[in-house]
Amino acid sequence: MQCEDVLIVEGISKSFPGTQALTKVKMEVKAGEIHALVGENGAGKSTLMNIISGVFPPDEGRIVFLGKQVRFSNPNEAQMAGIGFVHQELSLCPHISVAENIYMGRYEKGFLGIIKRKKLYSDTTELLKVFNNNIRPEILAGELNLADQQIVEIAKSLSLKCKLLILDEPTSSLSDSETEILFNIIRKLKEDGIGILYISHRMAEIFELCDKVTIFRDGYYINTFNVKDTTPQQVVESMVGRELHNLYPPKSETPQETIMSVNALTKHGSFRDISFSLKRGEILGFSGLIGSGRTELARAICGIDRYDSGEIFFNHNKIAFKDYPDAIRHGVCYLTEDRKQQGLFLNLSISNNINASIIDRISRYLMLSPKKESENANEYVRKLNIKIADIAQHVNSLSGGNQQKVMIAKWLSINPNVIFMDEPTRGIDVGAKSEIHAMLREMSNAGIGVVIISSELPEIIGMCDRVIVMHEGSIKGEVTGEEITEKSIILLASGQ
Amino acid sequence: MKLQVNANDQIVTESAFVKIFNRIKGFREATILLTIIVFSAIISFLAPNFLTINNLRTTAIGMSGDGIIAIGMTVAIVLGGFDLSVGSILGASSVIAGGLYLSGINIWLGCLISITICVLLGLFDGLLIGKVGINPFIITLGMMQMARGIAYVVTTGSPQSLSSVPIAFAFLGKGFILGIPFIVLVFILLAVAGDLLMRKSAPFRKVFYIGSNEKAAALSGVNVSKTKIGVFMLTALLSSIAGILTLSRFSVATPTAGQGTEMRVISAAVIGGASLSGGQGTIFGAVLGTILLNVINNALVLLKVSVYWQNLISGLILILAVTIDYLSQRKKKVAISK
Repeated sequence: MQCEDVLIVEGISKSFPGTQALTKVKMEVKAGEIHALVGENGAGKSTLMNIISGVFPPDEGRIVFLGKQVRFSNPNEAQMAGIGFVHQELSLCPHISVAENIYMGRYEKGFLGIIKRKKLYSDTTELLKVFNNNIRPEILAGELNLADQQIVEIAKSLSLKCKLLILDEPTSSLSDSETEILFNIIRKLKEDGIGILYISHRMAEIFELCDKVTIFRDGYYINTFNVKDTTPQQVVESMVGRELHNLYPPKSETPQETIMSVNALTKHGSFRDISFSLKRGEILGFSGLIGSGRTELARAICGIDRYDSGEIFFNHNKIAFKDYPDAIRHGVCYLTEDRKQQGLFLNLSISNNINASIIDRISRYLMLSPKKESENANEYVRKLNIKIADIAQHVNSLSGGNQQKVMIAKWLSINPNVIFMDEPTRGIDVGAKSEIHAMLREMSNAGIGVVIISSELPEIIGMCDRVIVMHEGSIKGEVTGEEITEKSIILLASGQ
Repeated sequence: MKLQVNANDQIVTESAFVKIFNRIKGFREATILLTIIVFSAIISFLAPNFLTINNLRTTAIGMSGDGIIAIGMTVAIVLGGFDLSVGSILGASSVIAGGLYLSGINIWLGCLISITICVLLGLFDGLLIGKVGINPFIITLGMMQMARGIAYVVTTGSPQSLSSVPIAFAFLGKGFILGIPFIVLVFILLAVAGDLLMRKSAPFRKVFYIGSNEKAAALSGVNVSKTKIGVFMLTALLSSIAGILTLSRFSVATPTAGQGTEMRVISAAVIGGASLSGGQGTIFGAVLGTILLNVINNALVLLKVSVYWQNLISGLILILAVTIDYLSQRKKKVAISK
């Protein structure tokens, strides 16, 4: 294994009006090393990545890349120098082809500036060979699934002959099998001597893939460990700066009466013959691979989508919700996994977001009561510990964790009886995650039926009292108590 | 002070929050008001008859029709759409009421029937936009043609004069209460009511939700199609009211009445702070926008500038207003693009 440094960062500081984002941080990535960078939201990871990739310069400190001190004035310079960056929010142009995306700005042109398309496609095919994928160079980037789009982004960086590849939360939208493929690609790049900087919140991945882990907190460099010499506990404690005893709140002892049950529910093409019951005081989990039908099931039960046959019982009464507002009136609601596009009103205030589902309840003669609006919003800001300056603030100025809390506050405002939460802690840092988990357990203890749909196995195992595993639209099995293990769930989820 | 990273990974300082939203809230409206005042002051020197009662009254009467329609248009823009048919509906309601009167029907009944027909046209738009889901641009563009066509058919192309309307009806467009033209009072009343409802009523709050994020609104339990239908019925209602008032004011049913209204009114609303992407806008702002555009037009007339310059200038103002707004929004965020 080569030992030379691809990247050395020393004494980097950066401030913005009113805040110090980074204070004299350091970091070293060697060739052929997979180096993880962890820290809560606000720790300074994004800022450092932006400095390294040339988006803006640091206030002080130096960056040494491949043995030479560098100062990039724009991302293009960094890219040309050999630093590749695969963003968390993929930045491909969906309406143009894969090949054109990869070689954007570097097309070989012939007579009259016409692009040499054949060469473009053959170069692309050659490049994509290393990924063992059959992505065709001429298809539009927007037609690929997320995992393939990510491969195209990585290919783009490789085509620029990068020596340092920065990956920002690369697996947040990938399934387990796609993640495995990505890891294999990363390991191959490691063998080729490329230095890899891996930003992630997921301990399991870091401990499976990475050689070293560096921790930042509040803009300061905290520590660097060899992954094989440390534990997830130690890393997380360094991230949050305090000892964490239990990552998950204690489970419930005795479930109570059934609050909702479903019998032979079927929707052609999505799920079939689903039967289960939900009891008060227990947290029910739904596990399964992406595409197993869990989201479709939750939406159908909540009246958002139609279903073809079967029955739903609510408090032992047979019920069929006319539409979603009808379900909400009964206190049955669904928390979407896609908070930005489907869950929040980003350019509206926190108060508006929290009150969105109870508008009619807090108005008399069709006029809203500003007092009730602010009372309700403030109540949940307090209860859920949402960090804001004022409830009139726009929601898009909040961190991911706080945004998720606002969404949860919206549903708590309706005084729900049953809540289906789809990926409740996706893209949220450790501190906010454990707050939300504690909240979910409180809700369940208070008598609300809580159903968690999650692709994060540690979350399912840590939070749920009972887990139903789905595979390609049908229930493969149910595990309770001691049976809830990674192995048992994965076996069921893959169809066994 | 803790650095906060929002979900778009932009670093925004906490102390800046309070400053930012306080400024945005009243910023646009205050700016336009200031502009109107400063501009009026300047013009009153250059054209001494600007600040006369007569001139102000005439200008106010002239802008009332546009102003009433701007109320509805603002709601449509906040919803995330707009209504291109407003000018044609104004014309159609005017000639239908006039035509009914001329064929012997009581004028008030004629107005009622006309308004009802126009609201039904709005319902038609609303159903196609709200229930079926077609783009409002296309539907209202089609209605713009259809309603104008109705106006031509009813009048067979030529203006119909209403020579002996009851005085009570003529009062609508030509009468005064305490020195203030009745038509201006109607405008003020509707504007105040509209602004209040937009800020404080539940059904109009839902318009904001839909405009901000339609999917999230549906997933929060808002009845999106019902709200959309209501909005397009509202724009048609306000346009038809403006049409009746126009009929009363001129005592002529002109098939071309209201042409070009939609562009002026959209400009006024956007200058007043309504965002075409939805979820943002106020009636008060639209009213100020209407006043600004009309005051400028009035100034051009008084300064004997050719009428042909008016379009150029109002277009320029719209572009300036939107550009300044866009640039000032960008500076307010300390944005770090990933």
